[in-house]
Amino acid sequence: MPLREHNGGLMTAVKATLVRDLTLLLRRRGEVLNPLVFFALVITLFPIAISPDPELLAVIAPGLLWVAALLAALLSLDSLFRSDYDDGSLEQLLLAPQPLVALSLAKVAVHWLLTGLPLALMAPILGIMLALPAGSYAVLALSLALGTASLSLIGAIGAALTVGLARGGVLLSLLVLPLYIPVLIFGAGAVQAAIFGEGVSAHLAILGALLAASLMLAPWAIAASLRISING
Amino acid sequence: MWAFIHKLGSPKWFYGISAKLQPWFWAAAALLIVTGSLWGLAFAPADYQQGNSFRIIYVHVPAAFLAQSIFIAMAVSGLVFMVWKIKVADMAAAVMAPLGAAMTFVALFSGAVWGVPTWGTWWMWDARLTSMLILLFLYLGVIALRGAFTSRDSASRAASVLAMVGVINIPIIKYSVDWWYTLHQPASFTLTSRPAMPTEMWLPLVIMVLGFYCFFIALTLMRTRSEILRREANKRWVQELVTGQVVKVPAEEAR
Repeated sequence: MPLREHNGGLMTAVKATLVRDLTLLLRRRGEVLNPLVFFALVITLFPIAISPDPELLAVIAPGLLWVAALLAALLSLDSLFRSDYDDGSLEQLLLAPQPLVALSLAKVAVHWLLTGLPLALMAPILGIMLALPAGSYAVLALSLALGTASLSLIGAIGAALTVGLARGGVLLSLLVLPLYIPVLIFGAGAVQAAIFGEGVSAHLAILGALLAASLMLAPWAIAASLRISING
Repeated sequence: MWAFIHKLGSPKWFYGISAKLQPWFWAAAALLIVTGSLWGLAFAPADYQQGNSFRIIYVHVPAAFLAQSIFIAMAVSGLVFMVWKIKVADMAAAVMAPLGAAMTFVALFSGAVWGVPTWGTWWMWDARLTSMLILLFLYLGVIALRGAFTSRDSASRAASVLAMVGVINIPIIKYSVDWWYTLHQPASFTLTSRPAMPTEMWLPLVIMVLGFYCFFIALTLMRTRSEILRREANKRWVQELVTGQVVKVPAEEAR
């Protein structure tokens, strides 16, 4: 009997990882809902702390929505690899004959599907509450959908680096937040441009470019970081 | 070629060669910094707009240059460590990080001090100040990550990966911040709009920059040497080196 029997190729393994992660997360709905509740809560804090004046809120709404969504996405990162690390299934991913780069990309895709995408879909509702000017809602959702995908990819590097540490949470935000700044600038910029009636395609194109670059580079860094965390 | 790389990778060899190089860099640093400071602070003409306050440039610009170069040097060391497993590269990267953070802080602080006479405020969300601030956070992240691991090997590799990720992001962050700044604050008075400097102002600046680089190299060599002694403390050559100096009083006499 051969020592390492391949039961299927790359696509089979990627699909299996996708299905497994989706199933696991959908069974722990609380974990999926927490970032969304956090997002809504943070948005609630601002009118209370600053002013309920709709005119003032409308001015700061794009930035607030983007920062709150970014923090909510950040909050969910710690659990990306944590439970797999604790129960040993992360080691199985490393041992799999298929490249870890592809498998970790599948994990990040599931993370975005259940964190970034819901945040993007929920943002317009919170936008109404912040008196976000009309005409910018679609751009808000689209920019968040594009942007959170980059955030998940970049954040997964930090999550992979800190998964082996007992108290990696605060460190994770220190590592990841500076790297989030370009996405934040162009994401919030897109919504602001939509409000002022300027063209948004440039902003969205740059968000897409950032996503393409992180899709290309981040999986390698994630895979290398996972290896470091497991071996250390 | 390979023999050379392996030799370079040996901490013992590096310890020897750096001992020879170190004094030259210290001497060059001292000479350049003293010359540059005297020339820049006392002899260069005052700026027609900013008066004497412009002289802070002789500290601010070299520190800002170093702050960015050190991050790149750190990432290159990290790459060398990850690819060729050269321990000295990681030791150098480890000692560079606090130095780079310090230089970033110096650049930020001198920028803030400079802001008082020119902008009338300690802090402005100027594009350069903002990207420097982000750079400081990147440095702090690398330092914190290295400190968080209990295993030294994991710490080294994690810090190397983060430094490489950071160095890819630095230009992206820099350009996006520049873009963000031009969008939000149409240029009021920026440092870039200053008229081109005459030679007698510009030359001391070049000398100061070179002096800062020599200072950085000398300090990195020195700190890498102590890092080698610390990490290789249980190696025979280190123990021979250390006891060889201490043993002047034989163990019998000491009792």
